[in-house]
Amino acid sequence: MFYIRMLGQYMGQYLKTRLQYRSDLVVELVSDLLFQAVNLIFIIVVFGHTDFLNGWSRDEIIFIYGFFLVPFALFSSFFNIWDFNERYIVKGELDRILTRPIHSLFQIVLERMELESLFGAITGFVVMGYAGARLGLTINWYDPILFCVFVIGGALVYAGVFILIACISFWADARTSIMPMMYNIGNYGRYPVDIYNTVIRFVLTWILPFAFVGVYPAAFFLRREEWYIYSFLTPVIGVVFFTISVFVWNEGVKRYRGAGN
Amino acid sequence: MDKYIEMIRIRFLMMLAYRTNYYTGILIYSINIGAYYFLWKAIYGGKETIEGLSVLQMTTYVAVAWMARAFYFNNIDREMAMEIKEGKVAVELIRPYNYLTMKTMQGLGEGIFRLLFFSVPGMLIVSLIFPIRFSADIYTWALFFVSIILSFFINTQINLLTGMTTFFLFNNTGLIRAKRVIIDLFSGLLLPLSFFPEGIQEVLKFLPFQGISYVPSMIFTSGFSSSETVQAIFLQGIWVLILIVPIQALWILAKKMLVIQGG
Repeated sequence: MFYIRMLGQYMGQYLKTRLQYRSDLVVELVSDLLFQAVNLIFIIVVFGHTDFLNGWSRDEIIFIYGFFLVPFALFSSFFNIWDFNERYIVKGELDRILTRPIHSLFQIVLERMELESLFGAITGFVVMGYAGARLGLTINWYDPILFCVFVIGGALVYAGVFILIACISFWADARTSIMPMMYNIGNYGRYPVDIYNTVIRFVLTWILPFAFVGVYPAAFFLRREEWYIYSFLTPVIGVVFFTISVFVWNEGVKRYRGAGN
Repeated sequence: MDKYIEMIRIRFLMMLAYRTNYYTGILIYSINIGAYYFLWKAIYGGKETIEGLSVLQMTTYVAVAWMARAFYFNNIDREMAMEIKEGKVAVELIRPYNYLTMKTMQGLGEGIFRLLFFSVPGMLIVSLIFPIRFSADIYTWALFFVSIILSFFINTQINLLTGMTTFFLFNNTGLIRAKRVIIDLFSGLLLPLSFFPEGIQEVLKFLPFQGISYVPSMIFTSGFSSSETVQAIFLQGIWVLILIVPIQALWILAKKMLVIQGG
């Protein structure tokens, strides 16, 4: 209960600070939209030269991308820990975090949230709506429920992977450039994994399971029955990765020795 | 002039101190290029060529585009925004050098470092894993180098322009991001500009972005004929000159407008 109240408080404060620089907020939303559009343009331009990508049509690929945007929006609103090392370890900010009465990871989530990223979900719905209409997809009564489950699963996969990478800072001092690049790798889950060779497919499924954020769950709504097993694994993988990451985080915090003054 | 060369050297050495970063970076760039390789292979399907580029040329294009990016890419727009926001720019302005030239030189120092410690080893590693064709023609290599130096200048000039908008907007993280996304798409990093529909290509011809990634990458993959190459490099040079005008104008305006918010 206390946690929920804190979340509300921080959200309120966040909105106030953001609305202070309104013009910048607008530009940021536009730039987010641009970023999403760029990926869409890439798909559209590419399909100007080919009809199928390993048996997947243009609209199916667009649908997968639309789906991907929703868990990704959820993730990027709350798990902005890509600069965790510089911001918290090197500057010793984690000392302050640890004195707070809520879980350290939750405190960081609160401090670093970027609620405007949630708009990405709207883009996702629009894109899915467009592709879904063109494909003539039907919606069953259980689809919205499964959609929520898959979206949360996907967001947890992302969160888990990024928290685990942030945890490296507890053990190694060196700055790493893994974080920003991980965003790039995450993008490959947007395309059907069967276009990659077995090694990359394995990595995207079990090691850095980004395929569970895009193609696997989306395949369910595209009624691609051969992928159903993976679709239903989405929440499982999400919960498993997130739990592991929180566990590793707790271990890491125990090892943490302040760097600042 | 000496002080600017010294600036390049200092940045280079600063980067050298953090070189371990780059080993992981190379690995991840390779994975990145690898994924694009498979994506393009699937896009080609059975086709021999698309828009005059074979799969092999396409793979080379992607690899060289990313590796060249390591050279021309820099964050001086973000650095400038930070310095302006923190008020440090006031100190920079009274120092006996031109702030903008100094920023460019820092970017160059960073670029040279990444070219030597990132792009070259990265390209070697990538070429071991994926089929990439290097041109044997020394003339092509020379033109490629001229071209990426011009790429660096065009990209840096755009960064300077974006950085300077902080003087007017105070907080421009959104704009910086938007600029980055636009450059990724319209510079030809993600896909060759010749893949775009005709109408868009016509518009892109009149923008400076093609000079950042498309031109050097096409030269490297021998996707241009020799007359096209000369023309493209000439156009890059023209853009470098044209962009000086808005930079100077904005700079004069910015100095008048300057508000130090702290520091």
